Amino acid sequence: MENITNWFTYVNDNFEYILEETINHARIVLIVIALATVTSVLLGVLIQRRPVARAVVLALSGIVLTIPSLALFALFIPVVGIGNPPAMLALYLYALMPVLRNTVTGLDSVSPAVVESAKGMGMSSTQQLLRVRLPLAWPVIMAGVRISSLMTVGIAAIAILVGGDGLGSYIQGGLTRFGLPNSENSVWAGVVFTVLLGLVLDIAFAIFQRFSTPRGLRA
Amino acid sequence: MTTEQQSPGQQAREPKIRLDKVGKTYPGTKVAAVEELSLDIHEGEILVLVGPSGCGKSTTLRLINRMIEPSGGRILLDGEDVTKVNPDKLRRRIGYVIQQIGLFPHQTIAQNIETVPRMLGWDKQKAKARSEELLGMVGLDPERYRDSYPKALSGGQAQRVGVARALGADPDIMLMDEPFGAIDPITRERLQNEFLRLQGELRKTIVFVTHDIDEAIKMGDKIAILGERSTIRQIDTPERILAYPVDDFVDDFIGTGSTIKGLNFLKVSSLALTDYPTLEPGGTAEAGRAALQDTGREWLVQLDENRTPVRWIHADGLDSADHERGEPVGDLLHSQDTLFHALELMVQSASGETCVVDDAGAFVGVVRMADLAKAIRRAQYEARMHYEQMERQS
Ligand SMILES: Nc1ncnc2c1ncn2[C@@H]1O[C@H](COP(=O)(O)OP(=O)(O)O)[C@@H](O)[C@H]1O
Ligand SMILES: [Mg+2]
Repeated sequence: MENITNWFTYVNDNFEYILEETINHARIVLIVIALATVTSVLLGVLIQRRPVARAVVLALSGIVLTIPSLALFALFIPVVGIGNPPAMLALYLYALMPVLRNTVTGLDSVSPAVVESAKGMGMSSTQQLLRVRLPLAWPVIMAGVRISSLMTVGIAAIAILVGGDGLGSYIQGGLTRFGLPNSENSVWAGVVFTVLLGLVLDIAFAIFQRFSTPRGLRA
Repeated sequence: MTTEQQSPGQQAREPKIRLDKVGKTYPGTKVAAVEELSLDIHEGEILVLVGPSGCGKSTTLRLINRMIEPSGGRILLDGEDVTKVNPDKLRRRIGYVIQQIGLFPHQTIAQNIETVPRMLGWDKQKAKARSEELLGMVGLDPERYRDSYPKALSGGQAQRVGVARALGADPDIMLMDEPFGAIDPITRERLQNEFLRLQGELRKTIVFVTHDIDEAIKMGDKIAILGERSTIRQIDTPERILAYPVDDFVDDFIGTGSTIKGLNFLKVSSLALTDYPTLEPGGTAEAGRAALQDTGREWLVQLDENRTPVRWIHADGLDSADHERGEPVGDLLHSQDTLFHALELMVQSASGETCVVDDAGAFVGVVRMADLAKAIRRAQYEARMHYEQMERQS
């Protein structure tokens, strides 16, 4: 009980700084998600109807997830230097897979009869894609975006290790001074605010998902 | 120039759609799905392509709007070769209805129907007026359905919207691939009837695919019975096909009961009616006996004040004072009724004979079973003559 009161006092005293890192964290995640979504949807559209490319790309995007995150973050330091860039690059690669997979699944789930009738009415391939296939796949794509966002929020805490920003600084800071005053509080502040950020972003995406889904498709 | 200005008769005979040795072999297959098919479809007629599953009906249909690119041959619409034009623009000129309908679930019913008009650049107002008109035409209340989504529709309603959407920009040509195939029999029958009524007003040129010979007979001005690789086994009006199937394949395909189905195409007016003696209201037994004697028959028809037949009276019953003497005549036929309807009434009536009345309800004669048999034989004879004459000409 005392520990918890103690933690709230810590958070209260440091709230301005914690909030700042939370915002930095959110910024990293949002930029990464935006870029990954654009890339994945484009890539998904390109590979969905090409069996070979589809198998290769989906496998690759899955393999990326198995690379230990710390290694992946560090791998990019020689390429883009230290700080947020290597972290964001790594996060971007992780975030691709769920959106990519859901884009392909979403496009697969569009009824062939609907596409047939769109084509039969004289829609060009681009019109079929933009006016029929993507809008119908959209709820599934957004579900992928939400998974990516939750995943990225968690992994982004590692960014601090390659010199980046974010709530990882509280975790790492606490761990390096472990046993010293407030070290545990610092770790917990990092963890709790990371989880909270994940929840807030997920709710935000859920609301966006609902309003960006065409009315005829809503449950 | 001079060749184009031929007699009007010749111009009218230019087919709306002409397939000229059109073929399709799918990539990776050896056998053609459609083999060198030549076919003319005339303006305002419904041509039904019917045949066993897998014979190439859908492929043939989809070649016309180039959903599938032909492997060879030419397709002409109004004499214009469309084999090389932009396929998207071509499809906007042709209505297309499929069995699974494929309404856009993310768009309202009105937006669905306005798809092609909007692509063709109609302004909002005009497109909206058109979708309301079309909803009314297919029997859906625009106020109620315009802004709802496809998921709110029953199968039959969705198919009505499918038809309305295909009619969106008022195309001359409609291609329909088993449009009523997935709908329950009662609703299907209603949709067929409504579609025929609509077609009576619109006079589109329609190619209609089905595997159901009864639907083909009902919907077609002409029927093409297709065999493997979409080869035409017989193409003609439904009545001639029923009266004279050219070979065993066609005979098997149209199945049993084709003679009776053929009665649907013959009218009571085509029959030479049998005359029967009649008895005016209040006519005496003597008058009746005299009439029977003149004609040598045993039964006469009792009329009422409007000369409408009411009862059959036998010679032996003439003296009965009973007001209810003889037998009721049952339902009456009119000259525009089909012989199928006549047969139905005859089977129900005790005597196997049914009275025919004119529009005012006055007695004109009697149809007997033998008259139907004679009519069928005549139709079969005429159809055979038609084919023999065609053979002599070729
Ligand atoms: N996309 C395709 N690729 C290869 N073969 C096809 C394709 N579509 C149809 N076929 C084949 O072509 C033949 C005719 O098919 P289809 O036109 O669909 O027949 P129907 O509509 O009369 O049932 C069938 O043997 C079918 O298997
Ligand atoms: Mg078919």
